[in-house]
Amino acid sequence: MKDRLAASYWLYESQYAAMSSPAVTERRRNAMERFESEGFPTVRHEDWKYTSLKKVLKAEYALNSPFSEADESETLEFKDIKRFLVNDIDCYRVVFINGRYSSWLSETTHRGFDVCTLGSAWKKYADQVEPHFGRLTQDLGTTVQLNTALAWDGLYVNVPAGVTLDKPIQALYFTTGDQPVFNQTRSLILLGDGAKAEIIERHQSLTEAETWTNAVDEVFLGANAHIHWVKLQHDSSSAALTQHSVIEQKRDSHATVHTISTDGKFLRNNLDFKLVEPGAEARMFGLSLADGQQLVDHHTRVDHLAPHCVSRENYKGIFDGQSNGVFNGQIHVHVDAQKTLAFQENDNLILSDKASIDTKPQLEIFADDVKCSHGCTVGQLDEDALFYLRARGIQRKEAQALLMLAFAHDAVADIQHPSLQAKLHRLIGKKLGVEMA
Amino acid sequence: MWRKLFAVSEQDQILNEVTSSEYKYGFFTEIESDKIPPGLNEDIVRLISAKKNEPEWMTKWRLDAYRVWVAMAEPEWANVHYKKPDFQSISYYSAPVKRQINSLDELDPELLKTFEKLGISLNEQKRLSGVAMDIVVDSVSVATTFKKTLAEKGIIFCSMSEAIQEHPELIKKYLGTVVPQTDNFYAALNSAVFTDGSFCYIPKGVRCPMELSTYFRINESGTGQFERTLVVADAGSFVSYLEGCTAPQRDENQLHAAVVELVAMDDAEIKYSTVQNWFPGDAEGKGGVFNFVTKRGICERNAKISWTQVETGSAVTWKYPSCILKGDNSVGEFYSVAVTNHYQQADTGTKMIHLGKNTKSTIVSKGISAGHSHNSYRGLVRMGPRAANARNFSQCDSLLMGDRCGAHTFPYIEVKHPTARMEHEATTSKIGEDQIFYCQQRGLGMEEAIALIVNGYCKDVLNQLPMEFAVEAQKLLAISLEGSVG
Repeated sequence: MKDRLAASYWLYESQYAAMSSPAVTERRRNAMERFESEGFPTVRHEDWKYTSLKKVLKAEYALNSPFSEADESETLEFKDIKRFLVNDIDCYRVVFINGRYSSWLSETTHRGFDVCTLGSAWKKYADQVEPHFGRLTQDLGTTVQLNTALAWDGLYVNVPAGVTLDKPIQALYFTTGDQPVFNQTRSLILLGDGAKAEIIERHQSLTEAETWTNAVDEVFLGANAHIHWVKLQHDSSSAALTQHSVIEQKRDSHATVHTISTDGKFLRNNLDFKLVEPGAEARMFGLSLADGQQLVDHHTRVDHLAPHCVSRENYKGIFDGQSNGVFNGQIHVHVDAQKTLAFQENDNLILSDKASIDTKPQLEIFADDVKCSHGCTVGQLDEDALFYLRARGIQRKEAQALLMLAFAHDAVADIQHPSLQAKLHRLIGKKLGVEMA
Repeated sequence: MWRKLFAVSEQDQILNEVTSSEYKYGFFTEIESDKIPPGLNEDIVRLISAKKNEPEWMTKWRLDAYRVWVAMAEPEWANVHYKKPDFQSISYYSAPVKRQINSLDELDPELLKTFEKLGISLNEQKRLSGVAMDIVVDSVSVATTFKKTLAEKGIIFCSMSEAIQEHPELIKKYLGTVVPQTDNFYAALNSAVFTDGSFCYIPKGVRCPMELSTYFRINESGTGQFERTLVVADAGSFVSYLEGCTAPQRDENQLHAAVVELVAMDDAEIKYSTVQNWFPGDAEGKGGVFNFVTKRGICERNAKISWTQVETGSAVTWKYPSCILKGDNSVGEFYSVAVTNHYQQADTGTKMIHLGKNTKSTIVSKGISAGHSHNSYRGLVRMGPRAANARNFSQCDSLLMGDRCGAHTFPYIEVKHPTARMEHEATTSKIGEDQIFYCQQRGLGMEEAIALIVNGYCKDVLNQLPMEFAVEAQKLLAISLEGSVG
């Protein structure tokens, strides 16, 4: 697998080079060299201790070159994707099929700001792409390096200073075709000082075949910029996703990220925040609902590099069947990042004998005038609360679902669109086996 | 505003005092000793075994450990940085030449002085408290007291070398059952070259009438100390075991790789308390003891093991007293205060392995870092697929004093049973200015206020220590954070 990936890079390197600047090409090559020397991470790597890629790596994936034409089986009509869209909110839409941009399904803009595809930005916006591409990811693990080398397309957003986007952006990544496929997607999101944007993102496989999407996102927030990002992970049971998102925040900027993971065979989320200037605030919420053979892994890392920054984190997990839950939350408070406030919470419910949870909240603190805490729990539903509900004539199953819904609510409470929130509630209800009004 | 400025400058001053306080127990007693040349190979292992008149099976056990050790690499995962000791430049055996002591008067007068300087003169101890001491100076025990009283109850409390000679059946049965030779790098090294240690056996249903205690001292220059302690509490028995140590000041880094094994049979209880104050290195971070310790206990049905530790010394500490809760309804506890100052580094914590049903564990860890030191909590709570109704509560708090120190927490939590419950919480903060202000308002000086707050912060752990030890622990805390703790 490793060799095939490397070969596919060296084969197309000249094309990558031809369509982007030399600096970008150099970064790609360095990344590929690192991937080639280190290979995929194994459980011997601390960050992958509980999450083995072995099963994911087993499939014989087809490797699509970004430069080859898509074949017949890979084209989609609007009706095929309609049910995966958030329809009741007017959005900009950027759609990718097997990692390639699909213009006829998308609705992009260049008026006042750019919402388009990275594939078209390499040359056109080289002045923007060059200083940012790969800057936050060069020290990250080899799956990220692989992406840096091979990824061609993904969401590109550039909002100039002071502009608020008039409507949210929906980024949709579809995987289709009859054979296993391995996609690399890459997004670059640049918000100028005081800019605001909202992104709803979804990865969806439309095929029975095994698929693997390896996504990397880099987000740069200027002073006082705001981003609200919702990641919907309700993929098919043959799909694997590894995603690494890194957000750099300047003075007084705000970032909120919701990750709602309900379906998909293998979900590995890495979410990193770099708070580089004072006053920045990062908030992250996660909800994992897993059953069957699912593995849901959340790795988060917040680097407090400047004083007076705030980070808040709340991840909830409910695990049934033979599912595995993994959580690793790192908070690094660097020297001189005084007056830091960092809070982290991770609560989990285990519903079956075969489910398991491995959680590791982690604080590394090098400054003294800080308030940091983490809490983490693993347990079951409160028997007294269940009894209370059942005493009032509510069936056991509904009572459980009600309590679980309440448990999960924290993770979706901050999603701004009522319709999206309602949709998520329905989805959670469905997953828990009850109809929600 | 002026108050704040004032408070800050005063605090700095106090912190400076803390930083400049030197190790009080740094002195070196000259005692003639019997030493073998530095280096480690199979012959040295055989030589150690021969010097101690050990039976054949013991020599073989050591050699097995040595062969495993040779193939192992030093662990690097801990959050500590230090110059790796050269294992070939250490002398693995040194014993004071005078032996055969019937009364304290026969002890080396120099040695007695050492103890008097430490404030733990044997005479005092013997007369005052009901504490039986197995004093270890440089690897060979030179005095064991109160043995008779214990013998009446059938309790065996002696040095490890004596136990190998006199109770080989017990040693054969239990040695290495909790910490096997292959466990880790330092445990393997210890298994190969350990020179002495303590052995304790409490028979069925016996409640040990006194606190058993061992004082460890590293003395001879250039010798690592490899202690091996084995405590076996048979069904329904109870024992409280104290371990404490102070080491003389020396420039050269010294290695201490001890292994402690506890076996608590059905319904037994072992309480193991440690005060550790090895030489931490000077204010520049020069010298100091490397403390790489493997401590583990195994609990059978309804048994309980409680670890309490106050860690103030050592340049580098690597220590995870653990409990394997094998039997149903067994209980594990871990209470720890770890103080680091200057350039000390501590990576400590515990492992609670829940295997049986209804097992419970409690973890309370308090870290205090000052100066340029780093203090890490690293813990594992694992609830296995059979651990129905397992329960854990963990709390690890860190207190930072000064802006160049670090506090880290690495809790690993693995749960594989739906009825298991666990809670973990951790906080990091500095001493609140409002708390200090409150105390000052009520007429306490800055220093007293900090002392009060730190004492209160550690109370949960200090309360767990037996009376005799609590006093010493407070003394050590005071020395480690001198200037800020009264």
